Amino acid sequence: MMGAPSRAHGRFACVAGYARSVADHSDRHRSPDLDVDALLADPGIRIVVCCGSGGVGKTTTAAALGLRAAERHGRRTVVLTIDPARRLAQSLGLTSLDNTPRQVKGVEADGGELHAMMLDMKRTFDEVVLAHTDANKAEEIFANPFYQAMSSTFSGTQEYMAMEKLGQLRARGEWDLIVVDTPPSRSALDFLDAPARLSRFLDGRMIRMLLVPARVGGRSMFKLASASFGVFTRAVTKVLGTQLLTDVSTFVAALDSMFGGFRERAERTYRILQDPETAFLVVAAPEPDAIREAAYFADRLDSERMPLTGLVLNRMTTVAAPAIGSDSARAAAVRLDEVGGHGVTADAMRVHAALVDQHTRQVAVAERFVSAYPQVPVVEVPAQAVDVHDLDGLRAIGRSLAGA
Amino acid sequence: MVTGKGGTGKTTVAAALAIALAAGGRRVLLTEVEGRQGIAQLFELPPLPYEERVVASAPGGGEVRALAIDAEAALLEYLDMFYRLGVAGRALQKMGAVDFATTIAPGMRDVLLTGKLKEAVTRTANGHRAYDAVVVDAPPTGRIGRFLNVTAETARLAKVGPIKSQSEGVSAILRSPMTAVHVVTLLEEMPVQETVDATEELRALGIPIGTVVVNAARAPMLTGARLSPAEIRRGLTEAGLPTDRETVAGLVAEAKAYKARLGVEVGLRDDLAALGRPVVELPSLADGVTREGLDTLAGRLLADD
Repeated sequence: MMGAPSRAHGRFACVAGYARSVADHSDRHRSPDLDVDALLADPGIRIVVCCGSGGVGKTTTAAALGLRAAERHGRRTVVLTIDPARRLAQSLGLTSLDNTPRQVKGVEADGGELHAMMLDMKRTFDEVVLAHTDANKAEEIFANPFYQAMSSTFSGTQEYMAMEKLGQLRARGEWDLIVVDTPPSRSALDFLDAPARLSRFLDGRMIRMLLVPARVGGRSMFKLASASFGVFTRAVTKVLGTQLLTDVSTFVAALDSMFGGFRERAERTYRILQDPETAFLVVAAPEPDAIREAAYFADRLDSERMPLTGLVLNRMTTVAAPAIGSDSARAAAVRLDEVGGHGVTADAMRVHAALVDQHTRQVAVAERFVSAYPQVPVVEVPAQAVDVHDLDGLRAIGRSLAGA
Repeated sequence: MVTGKGGTGKTTVAAALAIALAAGGRRVLLTEVEGRQGIAQLFELPPLPYEERVVASAPGGGEVRALAIDAEAALLEYLDMFYRLGVAGRALQKMGAVDFATTIAPGMRDVLLTGKLKEAVTRTANGHRAYDAVVVDAPPTGRIGRFLNVTAETARLAKVGPIKSQSEGVSAILRSPMTAVHVVTLLEEMPVQETVDATEELRALGIPIGTVVVNAARAPMLTGARLSPAEIRRGLTEAGLPTDRETVAGLVAEAKAYKARLGVEVGLRDDLAALGRPVVELPSLADGVTREGLDTLAGRLLADD
């Protein structure tokens, strides 16, 4: 290894990253091939973030990357998953929910190890609170109904806590490589925005204004506030009810010692994501929504100066008999039905025609991304006939990711 | 309500359902609540404003209007309706107060969204209901329980005040026979697992579950067939197609993968049948989602209901 690949800032700094120069086996996309093995083997890469819209196979991809890093590249790897399919979770030994990484059994690693964990957002939030305050105060916070609601249902808490957990894993320094799956957000970008949103809220002007009466022993500061602020408090009180405001206010007062802490932590995570030791892989299925989301993501990473390493085009349909086109396959099926006695081949022709058509559609959809971001390296992973829920299945995905 | 795991085509099914319900001159409102502008994309329109717009007509003078519900706009509308805030409302928006309010009350956003749905469902015009049906492209299965139960959550949190009474009103409608939550799935492991989970969750919450919609379903082929290279080669020869070894082996491999997939699908269909809800299968649209495709799906939904 000659050291980490050099990367310049600016539009798609990833270009020099992990592109493979191999003979172009098809003329369909002009983008370079993503060299997953070079990425996983690079000691300069400490974090791989798998992002993309829901339902594209992010978790499976993250697990397969982690397994390959441990088995092929001897790296001590941890995979942080958010919401794995039940059987995949079982195959990774993710049956106990203690919010810490557990070593995965059955990994055939030479020097490497694979550990896996599933995020428990409420517990992670509790850990953050405990880290910043004493036990008594923590108890008070945990008992507050607003905290209880917020730590389990606040939109963005999962995203924030995923990033918090990433920060914790990295701070411990015991991993060569952390592979992160991102939450199944409405938008793939939520996890970039949620930490800032939550910290902005907790450190915010509004909440400080609300907090004032609690701080000065109940003497209301609202009287001193401007007329429009009077309207605001009246409206908020009317709509939300005084009980909720009291809960929020005591919650925030209890969290007072942590003020600044949230913003600082969010900013630290943000810097980790910008660091060249972090690689982002956008995972997309070859469907219009997923590809559109992948394109938004590529733009956003670029404007945040975060290193986009490549696109994983997941679940591509493969055609094993390319010599026969879909039209001739369909015509053949009709002909064979007429002749009779060829039911099996006629059906095989229809199956083949559907595959070819699907493949053609997928290529056209993927082309939208590829033509807009020709510099971004791409790797295609073929669709699996059956769902992946064991280490062998993950190894097979890993081989596809590595182009092997 | 139309939910489903992300990527199963719930927006498409919601739109097809709206078109189906509009048949025979009925008025239907198709809404989305997650700011994705999925409806606009589906109908190839510019992003929808916070305003009900006609997006499709149906046979017999039926009409589908669409609305992208935005929580902030709904809050301002709500404040204006009940408190006549006017200028002060806009000042609040400027101060970020709306963002603040939807942030401090977890679920407030969902209360506003479901509150707007209630308003649309119960709205009257000239003594009649303004809409015969309201179809919601709802949040995905992973969040549907929270989205629909949020009114209960908030009612618990806000012990008095208009939010509480508003929540209770919404909650009552969601638990009444006026509501049905349809779950869209594909014959794949994760979507089916989430369908089962969401169904259990909604059942526990007392929210009525409608139909399970299997999207992009295919009629099974090659069932019970004995595949062999010799058989395929015989057929290819008859059809005058290439019979080289690679092609024959490729076709056999494709057919085998297809049969393996069918085997998985049989198990998944059983899981769905065990839910005890009606199951409708919709074909996959060969030409992508076009208006004709939506009409095909709508026709299928009408035939099955």
